[in-house]
Amino acid sequence: MASVLTNLFDGVAYGMLLFVLACGLAVTLGLMNFVNLAHGAFAMAGGYICAVLVNNSGWPFFAALPLAFAGSAAIGIVLERALYRHLYMRGHLDQVLFSIGLVFMSVAAVDYVMGSSRVFIKLPAALEGQIDLFGVGIGRYRLMIVVICGLLTLALQLILAKTRFGSRLRAAVDDPRAAIGLGINVPQVFAFTFAFGCGLAGLGGALSAEILGLDPYFPLKFMIYFLIVVTVGGSSSITGPFLASLLLGIADVAGKYYVPKMGPFVIYTVMIVILIWRPNGLFGRTAAR
Amino acid sequence: MIDFNRRRMLLWAATAAALPGLCAVSPARAEDTVKIGLILPMTGGQASTGKQIDNAIKLYMQQKGDTVAGRKIEIILKDDAAVPDNTKRLAQELIVNDKVNFIAGFGVTPAALAAAPLATQAKIPEIVMAAGTSIITERSPYIVRTSFTLAQSSTIIGDWAAKNGIKKVATLTSDYAPGNDALNFFKQHFTAGGGEIVEEVKVPLANPDFAPFLQRMKDSKPDAMFVFVPAGQGGNFMKQYAERGLDKSGIKVIGPGDVMDDDLLNNMGDAALGVVTAHLYSAAHPSQMNKDFVAAYKKAFSNRPGFMAVSGYDGIHLIYEALKKTGGDTNGDKLVDAMKGMKWESPRGPISIDPETRDIVQNIYIRKLEKVDGELYNVEFETFEAVKDPGKTKK
Repeated sequence: MASVLTNLFDGVAYGMLLFVLACGLAVTLGLMNFVNLAHGAFAMAGGYICAVLVNNSGWPFFAALPLAFAGSAAIGIVLERALYRHLYMRGHLDQVLFSIGLVFMSVAAVDYVMGSSRVFIKLPAALEGQIDLFGVGIGRYRLMIVVICGLLTLALQLILAKTRFGSRLRAAVDDPRAAIGLGINVPQVFAFTFAFGCGLAGLGGALSAEILGLDPYFPLKFMIYFLIVVTVGGSSSITGPFLASLLLGIADVAGKYYVPKMGPFVIYTVMIVILIWRPNGLFGRTAAR
Repeated sequence: MIDFNRRRMLLWAATAAALPGLCAVSPARAEDTVKIGLILPMTGGQASTGKQIDNAIKLYMQQKGDTVAGRKIEIILKDDAAVPDNTKRLAQELIVNDKVNFIAGFGVTPAALAAAPLATQAKIPEIVMAAGTSIITERSPYIVRTSFTLAQSSTIIGDWAAKNGIKKVATLTSDYAPGNDALNFFKQHFTAGGGEIVEEVKVPLANPDFAPFLQRMKDSKPDAMFVFVPAGQGGNFMKQYAERGLDKSGIKVIGPGDVMDDDLLNNMGDAALGVVTAHLYSAAHPSQMNKDFVAAYKKAFSNRPGFMAVSGYDGIHLIYEALKKTGGDTNGDKLVDAMKGMKWESPRGPISIDPETRDIVQNIYIRKLEKVDGELYNVEFETFEAVKDPGKTKK
């Protein structure tokens, strides 16, 4: 019984991590209709920023996390203004080619600067080990992930639903022309949203180094997982990818525990079944845009 | 149309016929320099292997000079990124265009195998400095290996575990050829020694998270778990092993030493302390020769040499010694004959080349991970002497 709960918890933590990593992609793909395969590169940037700050400059882990967010967001905004902006109106194929090129450049650049071996972030002792909660083993680090990601999800949902910025964003997505007519600065809203998505990816990258491992091939290795989350969740809201991440995280962990021979395929099976059942994802929009 | 096709076919046939001929001619055209085509993964996931070997060869040539038996040695380094198709193409270019006298390196098994038929055709020695599957040396009479075979370390750790009070073992291995090799050899020897495998889990090669597999290990309550994952994943594995409290529940980690490669150790953190592995080399090997080697390597490249570096160092040494023995003659058959049965003292201890299999014979050490002067080292505490490759097909 205890191990069932431990597995459930591990699955939730894994899912939460996937969500933070992928929700930026849900925003760019779903809200801005831009296929950004280079999303993982921003996650990797965040991971390396955190690793350098903690390991080389001696920053405390919790102080480095916000900087991983800010650093990736800054890189995001620079690239958005310099490069991405020009491709918003181009076809999806151009966007795919451009962003995959960016992925390879980032892989090569990080390999050159940081070396190809895996990087670990030195964690404070308080985050190591497990705590025993009524006989259920709960990893401290994973608990922290659940807390941080849970709070982030709430905050995102509130921002989108309740703030002025949220309503502007939704308006800009629903009908950019009308939104411009109403005096909303649509490019600015998009730029900000893009940067925020990159920041979240960066934070996710920093958090995931411990669990997924951080090396220059990160953006390639995990691209498929981000895409699965977004396809399964549907890309019209935050709730969809969130539930999809949880579902996939739990299914993946449970699959690997109970049927280790089938382990790696469970996540794909779940994806296929859901997409047959709901081709637009769990919360996809049925109308074509 | 038919005519055209026929002509094209003829052309192909002619090319195909000429190719082996070309290859065979090349090494005979000896000039004053001896060229060594070094094919290594210098980029990609296996890059650390390539860098270690390349460094070690540079170090050796600095120490011993670049002239042997009156001939200058020239290394031509090519990067195959561990993709066998690249290896084959590069080996072909090196043999045909650069007219190399040796091909060497080879980070992974498929790469070494891809080059094997070329070595046979061109009749030049192929020195394998990294790849570790048993079959490699059987694929060409010109292959000589200075690294190791997985069977060497996996069978020894199986024997050792069975003799040292470990009764129940759960295994966790990556699901690819070397992982399966390691698992099978370990299983054979461990169960023959009276041990029992209580759980067997194969982890996908591109595995993001060990959590569910580790939980399964924990629930099966073994005395120890046998682990083989690709070098880069070892650190992640050990961290999650400690996070889940497996160290506290008394489950030891044992395995072949690849997981505890010297150049990764300091990244692993104290979680890995106490891990017992069987392997050919530790930077903490207590011989004077090794101390000098480690010091020189650290000085030149500012990090610690691992077992791949030693394999490269011994590989180039083998080439030097073979050339000395033939008096600078680069005939492939003579060189391979010169290498057979060669014995020398390496930083890893005494080693030799088995005259029958052209594979390496070396000591396998049982080591425990300990903290020495604030750094993590595999400290050797038991030696199995002159281990031949147990994985060769019985003849």
